[in-house]
Amino acid sequence: MAAIQPRISVAYTNDATVIAFTDERILEDIDVRALREAVESVVEQAPRIHLVLDFRHVKFLSSAVLGLLIRISKRVYEQEGELRLCNIHPGIYEVFKITRLTNVFEIYEDVERATRSFSSRP
Amino acid sequence: MAAEMPVRRSVVVESRPSALEQSCREILSALEAGGFSQDDIFAVHLALEEAFLNAVKHGNRMDPTKKVQIDYTVNQEKVEISMTDEGPGFDPGRVPDPRVGKNLYRPEGRGLLLIRSYMHTVEYNERGNSLRMVRRKNQSVPRCGKAAT
Repeated sequence: MAAIQPRISVAYTNDATVIAFTDERILEDIDVRALREAVESVVEQAPRIHLVLDFRHVKFLSSAVLGLLIRISKRVYEQEGELRLCNIHPGIYEVFKITRLTNVFEIYEDVERATRSFSSRP
Repeated sequence: MAAEMPVRRSVVVESRPSALEQSCREILSALEAGGFSQDDIFAVHLALEEAFLNAVKHGNRMDPTKKVQIDYTVNQEKVEISMTDEGPGFDPGRVPDPRVGKNLYRPEGRGLLLIRSYMHTVEYNERGNSLRMVRRKNQSVPRCGKAAT
């Protein structure tokens, strides 16, 4: 597992790349920009990536992070990849529900289920 | 130990996102000391961050010469926060609903919806540069089903 700028950690499984956000709170533009650069650098190197974003450490985020996820999602799908989110804290899941981003993102309980979802597709 | 209530404070901070940190910490500490729930604290924290970012980015347009005034009162029943920027103001009724159509896929525009979803009262002055928001202690906010106006 490699650490990048210590804002994300990246792990590779057989069928997926798992990026975990390592900060407990993601608020400021500078944090969001750093995350975007870090995640995009991984996505750019892997066309057709199966990407799982793991929120296990994140307890609080602002709407700027939701925008970041939209941007990452677009980039992943432009590269013919697929994106899953997982381990979202209940308070933050409520934010996804309020903004109806639960209709935009595929969200799973944990990394294993998120990773398995790629191979269950035809 | 019982917290001294009410807590009232008025501060003026710079137009940069990190300038909220100290006021935010003080408000959340007052809530904790006043026996507000963790849901309340999460809600007020989120509304504060979103309101402040709106004031700094859209109101003062990151102009370092402009300030944001924050007035808050925490008592045993509720927390009330006002935030005033030096921008021209805006009409909150004209902010598109980020939950519908193509807006759902836009990276911006969710701050006001979140503020309205987590606070019991959200009001702007006529000019649209001053926001007043209230969260009542240990009471969830009914979810709004349509566009925030």
